[in-house]
Amino acid sequence: MILRRTCKEAAALMVAREDRALPAADRVALWFHLAACQACPVFERQLLTMRQALGRWRQYSDSD
Amino acid sequence: MEIESELAQYRLYLLRYARLQLRNDAWAEDAVSETMLAALAKPQSFGNRSQLKTWLVGILKHKLIDTLRLRRREVSLQDDDPGGDELDNLAFAADGHFATRPAEWGDPEQALASVQFFQVLEACAERLPPAMARVFMMREWLELGSEQICKELSLTPTNLYVQLHRARLRLRECLELNWFGNRTAT
Repeated sequence: MILRRTCKEAAALMVAREDRALPAADRVALWFHLAACQACPVFERQLLTMRQALGRWRQYSDSD
Repeated sequence: MEIESELAQYRLYLLRYARLQLRNDAWAEDAVSETMLAALAKPQSFGNRSQLKTWLVGILKHKLIDTLRLRRREVSLQDDDPGGDELDNLAFAADGHFATRPAEWGDPEQALASVQFFQVLEACAERLPPAMARVFMMREWLELGSEQICKELSLTPTNLYVQLHRARLRLRECLELNWFGNRTAT
């Protein structure tokens, strides 16, 4: 199936998404994968935490 | 004026970021010294004390970009370990699915409220191989766009994205080992 991704592929897409816009087909496939997978949303939350942490780190080095 | 003592107070702080970004102590010293000189030349350009630090960080960022541009050749990617794909350090089964579920990291606010967490974060950034670290810091700390990073370092976009991908996964693993892994029990 065109839309099917393994966790490994999904993880690679989620990491890539931090730095560039994904093609629409990848975004759709990732959406379906995340909706069906138990493990990948956990990985997604880890990346989100990192994103927040790096954002806070920047601020903390600017002001503070 | 007590500007000297105030500058001295921020020197080590600026040096820490300069080193993280440049991964070369001599260049970092130079960039910080030039930042100090800029402040001494125009003491009126920052209003009060709390603005001084922000102003210094802003100047330092420009100096760091200048340094990277100037040292472009020495800074390019050749010195890094070829290595494999960091993705393989996550536990995937042969069919490409997670063999074990990634760990829950818990409430992000708990980490973000902790000074020690950011010390771990910086230590993890420091542990990245130099060329990878420079690219990652340009993206995350200097907040440069992909196009500009490619231009400054003469990288192809593919090259850039591979470096960022590897850096993010290494950072993820380092944070898990040194911070989140220890918290999951609590």
